[in-house]
Amino acid sequence: MEDFSSLMQGFTVALTFHNLLFMLVGILLGVLIGVLPGLGGANGVAILLPLTFTMPPTSAIIMLSCIYWGALFGGAITSILFNIPGEPWSVATTFDGHPMAKSGRAGEALTAAFTSSFIGALVAVIVITFLAPLVARFSLRFGPPEFFAVQLLTFCSFVGLGKGHPAKTIAAMMLGFALAAVGLDTVTGTLRMTFGFTDLLRGFDFLIAVIGLFGIGEILLTMEEGLAFKGVHARINPRVVFQTWAQLPKYWMTALRATMIGCWMGITPGGATPASFMSYGIAKRFSKNGEKFGTGEIEGVVAPETAAHAAGTSALLPMLTLGIPGSPTAAVLLGGLLIWGLQPGPLLFVEQKDFVWGLIASMYLGNIAGLIIVLTTVPWWAAILRVPFSIIAPIIVVICAVGAYTVHNAMLDIVLMLVFGIVGYLFKKLDYPLAPMVLALVLGDMAESSFRQSMLLSHGEISIFWSNGLVGSICGLAMLMLFWPVISKMLQRLRRSDNDLDEARPVE
Amino acid sequence: MHDNEHAEDGSRRGVTTRTMEIAVAAAILLLGLLVMYDSHRIGSGWADDGPQAGYFPFYVGLILCAASAWTLLQTLLAGKGDGSVFVSHKKLRLVMSVFIPSAIYVAAIYFIGIYVASAVFIGAFMYWHGRFPWLKIILVSVIVPVSMFLMFEVWFLVPLPKGPLEALIGY
Repeated sequence: MEDFSSLMQGFTVALTFHNLLFMLVGILLGVLIGVLPGLGGANGVAILLPLTFTMPPTSAIIMLSCIYWGALFGGAITSILFNIPGEPWSVATTFDGHPMAKSGRAGEALTAAFTSSFIGALVAVIVITFLAPLVARFSLRFGPPEFFAVQLLTFCSFVGLGKGHPAKTIAAMMLGFALAAVGLDTVTGTLRMTFGFTDLLRGFDFLIAVIGLFGIGEILLTMEEGLAFKGVHARINPRVVFQTWAQLPKYWMTALRATMIGCWMGITPGGATPASFMSYGIAKRFSKNGEKFGTGEIEGVVAPETAAHAAGTSALLPMLTLGIPGSPTAAVLLGGLLIWGLQPGPLLFVEQKDFVWGLIASMYLGNIAGLIIVLTTVPWWAAILRVPFSIIAPIIVVICAVGAYTVHNAMLDIVLMLVFGIVGYLFKKLDYPLAPMVLALVLGDMAESSFRQSMLLSHGEISIFWSNGLVGSICGLAMLMLFWPVISKMLQRLRRSDNDLDEARPVE
Repeated sequence: MHDNEHAEDGSRRGVTTRTMEIAVAAAILLLGLLVMYDSHRIGSGWADDGPQAGYFPFYVGLILCAASAWTLLQTLLAGKGDGSVFVSHKKLRLVMSVFIPSAIYVAAIYFIGIYVASAVFIGAFMYWHGRFPWLKIILVSVIVPVSMFLMFEVWFLVPLPKGPLEALIGY
């Protein structure tokens, strides 16, 4: 039980006064970010990242990851009370959450949402606690070809598991890779795609892209929808909370399914958003009250919230153990690790024990604190949303501009942020997925260098990627994921011609 | 990406999704060609010491072209499509009413610093979109930049772009 003692050690790190304070600040900021349109987990963390450069890494990551938990909780508030998903992963929560609120059961819906998010996150943290050291130990054996294979698998999973059109997913991903390649090539010292602009030497920072794509893009989209915040008043009192808690155990099966979907989608980078939709769809199919979904079923709140939180949390597992983030926010946290001088990957578990276990312990504490905070402060957050959008929108643009500037103290970055804002707006409207683009931008250099190292090892023989069982099976899995859209279509056709049974369809 | 120029009047009309789909896919295709061109320029082949600098980006560009060509062809072959509107002129005007002030704001940061620009931007935005009373506008548009100033320049010691006004008070 070496890991258990490491975890206890982690709790002593996380339980210092300082770190508890950062946890609290992080959660409050996170809920605020989750509630406000245009600010979300990914760009919220990106904006605050530069402010943490001077903090000790453990405190910094505790605060930033707590912002993430807070944002996950906060998304539910706007979905249920205002029918406006504050975050993409809480879209599915609006389906049943808002009807519940309208029929006067807002407190019940909120309690169910918060509690099930908490349970989803808790299970995911337990999974991380036990699985992460194993994965890390296993991946110590990885060489460059294996790392490239895992990265390949990550990106192929987007094609296989994503909801969008494969061509668009691939285009978005490659755009990220292309942007990542801009600037000075560190291996050969060649300038790539700078076209004589010295400002492009630094390349495109993914933090700027995240702030623009998710922040400015979101503001433009929100504006188009012509915002009228018409919310339902909410008051949560302890009686409602306990009554709802008494009901919840009935839905253990729904929660279990949702958690499993969430953990799976989080570890393979499907992300929280598809996980929540998938979980909602499956709950609807299997529930006795399936046809009543959409009219205010508590189960319809439990399913997506549990899955979203489980996915959001477990996205940190591959980030910590392999250096491959499972979601855009995890990608931003990974960027933070690199800036603090910590190399994510298997060695992190050996060399930075305090950091890793402090973070994992803070996940337990952060989620407990988060649950208590959101349950007690809901009316306050709802009040913030009643501030007119014409005040909130310019302030968010200002915050984004400041965030973009502080990354490198470069004016050009603010301009780039605006450009990424337009790209985000267009891509969102045309169903180009943003997550693979951001992840490619973050991982581009790493993927390229592990590819190059493998090529150097093999003297340019591409066959190194199936030279042993391990790398071969990862690559094989990657190919399966890449061609999954085609395979699933063929399977469907086969099944349909077999008998007209309309079985549970795999993810689009 | 600015394909919105052929504006006709009438608020129900707008740019069709098909047009935008083609415009964006074509833009990505061009970008892919640009990536391939530049990677080819710096060498996309194999040197004695391994892959050249343009090796990886060249194939990225190639796949980028292929993926956007796929979308492009699919959209073109689908015929007129359902004629759904990407953004109506009314909505486009709303979007532009946020984007254009934001662009002016960013340009203004160059000249008058971020704090003054933010104050003007927030104030103007509140006036145009919210028609708030003057007192409220002035209050919000002063409090936000001042608290930003305190937070960044004073507490966190992170310098933000400043203009003549800040120079006057010694920053």
